[in-house]
Amino acid sequence: MKTTESKPRKSAVAPVATAAPGPDADTRRSWLRQMLLIRRFEEKAGEAYSLGKIGGFCHLYIGQEAVAVGSIAAMRGDDYITASYREHGHALARGMSARAAMAELFGKAAGCSHGKGGSMHLIDASLGFLGGHGIVGGHIPLTTGMAFAIKYREEDRVAVCYFGEAAVNNGAFHEALNMAALWKLPAIYICENNRYGMGTALERASAVYDISERAGSYDMDREVVDGQDVLAVYEAMARAVKRARENKHPTLLEIRTYRFMGHSMSDPIHGHYRTREEVEEHRKRDPIVVWGEKLRADGLIDEKGIKALDADCLSEVEDAYRFADAAPDPEPGELWTDVYANGGTP
Amino acid sequence: MAVITYRDALNQAIREEMRLDPSVFLMGEEVGVYQGAYKVSRGLLDEFGPMRVVDTPITELGFAGVGVGAAMVGLKPIVEFMTWNFALLAIDQVVNTAAKMRYMSGGQISVPAVFRGPGGSALQLAAQHSQAFESWYAHIPGLKVVMPATPADAKGLLKSAIRDQDPVVFIEGEMLYNTKGEVPEDEYLTPIGKADVKRAGGDVTLICHSKTVSVALKAAEQLAAEGIDAEVVDLRTIRPLDQETVLASVSKTHRAIVVEEGWSFAGVGAQVVDVIQREIFDELDAPVLRVTGADVPMPYNKHLEKASKADPPKVIAAVKRVLYLES
Repeated sequence: MKTTESKPRKSAVAPVATAAPGPDADTRRSWLRQMLLIRRFEEKAGEAYSLGKIGGFCHLYIGQEAVAVGSIAAMRGDDYITASYREHGHALARGMSARAAMAELFGKAAGCSHGKGGSMHLIDASLGFLGGHGIVGGHIPLTTGMAFAIKYREEDRVAVCYFGEAAVNNGAFHEALNMAALWKLPAIYICENNRYGMGTALERASAVYDISERAGSYDMDREVVDGQDVLAVYEAMARAVKRARENKHPTLLEIRTYRFMGHSMSDPIHGHYRTREEVEEHRKRDPIVVWGEKLRADGLIDEKGIKALDADCLSEVEDAYRFADAAPDPEPGELWTDVYANGGTP
Repeated sequence: MAVITYRDALNQAIREEMRLDPSVFLMGEEVGVYQGAYKVSRGLLDEFGPMRVVDTPITELGFAGVGVGAAMVGLKPIVEFMTWNFALLAIDQVVNTAAKMRYMSGGQISVPAVFRGPGGSALQLAAQHSQAFESWYAHIPGLKVVMPATPADAKGLLKSAIRDQDPVVFIEGEMLYNTKGEVPEDEYLTPIGKADVKRAGGDVTLICHSKTVSVALKAAEQLAAEGIDAEVVDLRTIRPLDQETVLASVSKTHRAIVVEEGWSFAGVGAQVVDVIQREIFDELDAPVLRVTGADVPMPYNKHLEKASKADPPKVIAAVKRVLYLES
């Protein structure tokens, strides 16, 4: 009788130093600016929310900036990205203007999704930024589908998905990763492990704490990455992109980070599920501070330079706020558009 | 015209569209090597290869999401569900993603995907394999819901669905696959959103779709023997609903019965009745009645199963009530 032999499994990947030359000084400084822009944008969004300028749910990315900035820096402009509802930072890192993002949060016609998506559905197809999805884990199979389309058309793009650690207990995660590995698709699954799915700690939700081990179920490459170190994120992502682009090998990256704010605007920073001390401890590794110190140590910027970058970001965010506040609402007739193609009505 | 089965008509539609457009592909459980659980995809793997006729694991949520993701970046997937009962596992992708992407992206993203497979009951498949879910999907703005009753409509509508820029839920009749009918030899498309008068008549309108078209036609034949002339309107598309054809027929007959396989509560017929009473209340000579599946999970026992289904005697009884021939 013929038996199916199991193939040797990939062992846990030991990160190898990237042989390629690292990013140049300008690029390194630009990462600091991007992280600062996201931080200032999110702070302003929080302020606008408390003033009633932003409605619905709003999930801030403060504390996790290095994940989006470092990983998107390792992609190409024509790669596809999908993200969860905590996606303001990814949209900005991808190149969405602060104006288009803020106007969307305000629900204005000038927003990237014309005011019809809001905070959870920032979308810009021209940037390959394909959402902004509101159902935990629901967008992970979409990325597998985009990677399938890349292989189908014999292109060399990659498809990248961002989700939180709580999504890995969702069936969609397993179904999507299984097919990506089975069909050898150029997909990269980035689990931003910020320790909490809303108020539930990883250890209270997951039988296996090392999320990267989940990749073993699908014989998929994997890495655990320090998410507070933008360079570490970049380097791990560059390796994953290379595997995907050149060899059509998918990767699961577990990027360990921390959310400095509550889950959403209604959730206090600490309280029922985590202590003030815990948050304070994590804040000591603020990714912006960590990277600023590294750049200074390397002589690539000084304190004055950092202040200037920060002032520049603050001014960009203030401009975005004023723009969004003054921008018109969608026309009333917009209620009925975009339901079907070609102006079709329900 | 050639006489072919509903199954082969669907096969022709897929084959023709895949030949015309390299971005069209078929995916689902057993669509390739096995040639389709209901043999709709017979021969397609040989012609188009495994990249375009994709066998998936049993992972409805996952592969529906793969189809939607591929559609978001420009491919035209035909996602086959072995039955719509199993598609419940995938409903998040159909409702939360496929139906929403165009709207919540402000018109930037299309999902030109077809989700297709058999719906409704067959014979003694019991509660989990005998469900008609068209009203669930028809409830969702952003989706189109198509349900052909004949081989000709099956082919023409599936070709239209594949070319459509919006996500289409295409529900076939499990008991219709072996039915035969005339299908034009030349290329043709049947428009989505257009009902079809399958039998003209002047006394009462029977509004039906999918498998209940044959139920209504049988009832109409028997009624004709009694001198009652029923018109049979096949909706063909549930959403968008062809109100014009329905209203024109009922304005002529002044009496209507809606016949459907699904449960009565919040069913398709409830929407049709709403439209009729709202738009042409003064034309009605009797309340609009509905003949539906019994509001119970489908029993296995064949006698109980038969009793649960919409059938010609139930339709005839309803017709006689609206004609005030019987109480």
